[in-house]
Amino acid sequence: MGEFSRGGPSRRSILASGAAAAGLGLIGSRPAFAAVDWKRHAGTTLEVNLIKGPRGDLLHRSAAEFTALTGIKVSSEVIPEQQQRQKIVIELTSGRPSFDVVHLSYHVQKRQFDKAGWLADLSGFMKDPNLTEPSLKEADFSSAGLQYAKTPNGEMRSLPLSVDYFILYWNKELFQKKNVALPTTFDEMMRAAETLTDAKAGTYGFVGRGLRNANMALWGAFFLAYGGRFLDDKGNLLIDGPEAVEATKLYQRLLTKTAPPGVVGFNWMESMAAFTQGRAAMWLDGVGWAPPLEDPNASRVVGKVGYAVVPKGPKDHAAATYGDGIGVAAASTKKEAGYLYCQWAVSKLMGARLLQAGGGVPFRDSILSDAEVQQGVKMPREWLDSAIGSAKISKLGLPVVVPVAEFRDIVGSAVTATLSGADPAAELKKAAEQYRPILERSEKA
Amino acid sequence: MARAGLAPTVTTTDDLSPADEAALSPRWRPPGYWPFVVPALVVVVGVIVFPWAFTLWMSLHEWKVGAAPAFVGLSNYSRLPVDPRFLDAVWQTLVYTALSVVLPLILGTLAACVFHARFPLRGFLRGVFILPMMATPVAIALVWTMMFHPQLGVLNYLLSLVGIPPQLWVFHPATVIPSLVLVETWQWTPLVMLIVLGGLAALPTEPYESAQIDGASLWQVFRHITLPLVAPFLFVAAMIRMIDAVKSFDIIFAITQGGPGTASETINIYLYSVAFAYYDVGYGSAIAVVFFLLIIALAAALLAVRKRTQGAAG
Repeated sequence: MGEFSRGGPSRRSILASGAAAAGLGLIGSRPAFAAVDWKRHAGTTLEVNLIKGPRGDLLHRSAAEFTALTGIKVSSEVIPEQQQRQKIVIELTSGRPSFDVVHLSYHVQKRQFDKAGWLADLSGFMKDPNLTEPSLKEADFSSAGLQYAKTPNGEMRSLPLSVDYFILYWNKELFQKKNVALPTTFDEMMRAAETLTDAKAGTYGFVGRGLRNANMALWGAFFLAYGGRFLDDKGNLLIDGPEAVEATKLYQRLLTKTAPPGVVGFNWMESMAAFTQGRAAMWLDGVGWAPPLEDPNASRVVGKVGYAVVPKGPKDHAAATYGDGIGVAAASTKKEAGYLYCQWAVSKLMGARLLQAGGGVPFRDSILSDAEVQQGVKMPREWLDSAIGSAKISKLGLPVVVPVAEFRDIVGSAVTATLSGADPAAELKKAAEQYRPILERSEKA
Repeated sequence: MARAGLAPTVTTTDDLSPADEAALSPRWRPPGYWPFVVPALVVVVGVIVFPWAFTLWMSLHEWKVGAAPAFVGLSNYSRLPVDPRFLDAVWQTLVYTALSVVLPLILGTLAACVFHARFPLRGFLRGVFILPMMATPVAIALVWTMMFHPQLGVLNYLLSLVGIPPQLWVFHPATVIPSLVLVETWQWTPLVMLIVLGGLAALPTEPYESAQIDGASLWQVFRHITLPLVAPFLFVAAMIRMIDAVKSFDIIFAITQGGPGTASETINIYLYSVAFAYYDVGYGSAIAVVFFLLIIALAAALLAVRKRTQGAAG
C-alpha cells in the first residue's frame, strides 16, 4: 500500500522521491516525477518489448533511471519494427506473452489490438493520484493520440508515445537558384516541383515514396488534402471516390514528371538519399528525419534544409499522422508496475529528450509547447515549428482497420501502377473491389 | 537378415515348458536397436512430420491470427487459381529460378575451366572468386540496393564511362527480376565453380590425350569430353541452385520487398506477406503446400532430365 493512502506522504518518501527526481535531471525547477508513489512495486521485474528506433532506443538506454526511480527492474527487448510487429501479435495471440509492457505501432495495429483486447485498460490507473502524476491527463494528448489510444468505448488502452507527422523538407539552395518560393498549396507545390526539375543536371523538384506499401504513407497526405476519408460512418470503404482519384492523379504527376527516375521503387531510404545528396528539392516524409539531414557525415545539405508544414490541399489542410504508443499486456500480472513504466515513458523528461534529439515528437502538448524544452531542441527551429504546426492540423494517415497491411499492399500496388502509366480511377476501382471483401471479412470476424 | 543382438530373438521351442512357450513364441519383441532409433525418430517427427501435418491441417482452415480456426475444406486451395497475385508470383518464381540456375551454371562452368588450368596466383584468385558466397545475403542486398540507385549508384556511373545511358535496375518493373538475378548470379556462381572444379579434378586424363592426338579443337574437347564427363556434377549443382533459387527470400526482400508494385514478388515473398503481414495463416499454409509441391515437381523434372541424358549417353 502506498504512503499516500495512509493519509499523506511521509517525510522520508518526499525526500526519496525528490532525490530521485533531482538525480534524473530536472526540466525547469519543477520536479518531473512528483506526487506519485513510484516505489510501490520496488523489487518487481518488468519485461518490456520495444521497437528498434529512436523511441525504443531511448527507453532502453534510460531503463536504469526508471529502476532508480521505482526500484522496478527492467528487462527490455528491442526488435526491428517489422519483426517486432509479428512477434508481439503471435505472442499476444498465444495468451501468454513474454512481456508485460509493449510498444505498438498505432497506424498498423490499433484496431487489431482493440478488437482482440490484448492491452489492459489504463483508465482507472490514470485517475489514481497515487499512480499518476497530476500533469498526465487525457486532455494533454493531441486529438490524434487520443484517437489512437482510446477504444470506441472510451477506455484508455495505451499511452500515446510518439507521433509522426508528414512534413515538407525543402532544399533552400535549389529554391534560391531558381528563385522559387516555398509552396503553401499543393498546386504551388506541383508548379514549384516542375520549375525545380532539371533532369539534365540530375536535380528533381520532388522525391517521395513510390514503393508499394510504403507509398501509402505519402499517398495518405495527398488523399487527406483532397478531403478524402478512408471509411464512411458505417465503415464502408471510400478509396475509389473522386477525392482518391484526384489525389492519385497529383501523386502520379508529381512522381512521374518531377521525381528522379526509378522513384517507383523508392522507399524512405532511397528518397532520403536523393534529398541528402542535393538531387531533390522537396521531400515529403515523416518528421523524424531531421537528424540525418543535419548530420555532416551523412548529408550534403546540412544547413540548407528548410522544414515546413505540408502545403494546403484543394479541400483540406491536413498533416498525415502516424504514431506509436505503449501499453500493458492484459495478460500481465504486473499491470500497475507496467503502467508506471508507461507513464515514465511518456513523461515530460523522456518526451523532452526525444524531441530535443530530433528523434520523435511527443503526443503531449505540454511537452511540445514548453519553452524550456523547446530551447533545448538541437534541430533547427523551423523543424520544431513544422512539428507544432502539424499538430494543429493532424489527421490519421491510414484507415483504422485490422487488415492495414493488406490495405497498404493492395491500394499501394494500385498507386504504384499509376506511376507506370495506369489510369488512377481504374486502378483504384480494382483495388477497392479487391480490398472490400477483405475488410468485410475482418470486421465480421 | 538377422544379426545377433540386433534382431528379434529366434528361439527353438523344444526345450521350453508350455508356459514358457506361451510366454515367448507368439509375442513380438521390439528389436534391440530401437532405443537408439527413438531420439532420431522423435526429432524427425518433431521437426519434419509434425510441422508438415500441422501445415496441412492449417491449410484446410480459415485461420487469422487472433481468431479461432474454422474448417473450410479445400476452399483455401480453390482461392489460389483465381488469385492474380499468386499466379503472378508463380510465374515470377519460375522466371527468377530459371535465370538463377542457368546463368551461374554457365558462368560457374566457365570459371571452373579457367581455374582448372595452371597459372600464377591461381590459388589466391580462386579464393577471391569465392568471396561473394561467404558474405551475408542481407548485407550484400543492402550494398547492391545502393549500387542499383539510378542517380547515386556506382553501376550507372560505370555504364556512363562506356557511354551506356543510366538504367533503372531494380527500380523498374521490367528490369527488376534480371537485376535481382544479377545479384544471385554474382553470389552463387562460385558455388557452381567449386562443384564443377571438383568434378574436373576427378576426370581421367586419357580421353584428353587421345583427343589431342586426334587433333580435336578446344571447343570439341570441351563439348565432347569435358561436358559429358562433368555432367553429373553439373546436375548436382543445378539441383542445389534450383532449390536455393526457388526459395530465395533474403535478397529479394531486402532489395525490393517484391516491388516495384508486385513485379518481383515470388511465391516465397507472397507467402511471407500472407502469413506474417496479413496473418492469414490458413491461406498462407495452402500456399506453402503448393509451393512445396512445386519444388518437388521441379526437382523431379530435373532428375528425369538427368535420367534421360544418362540413358542417352548409355
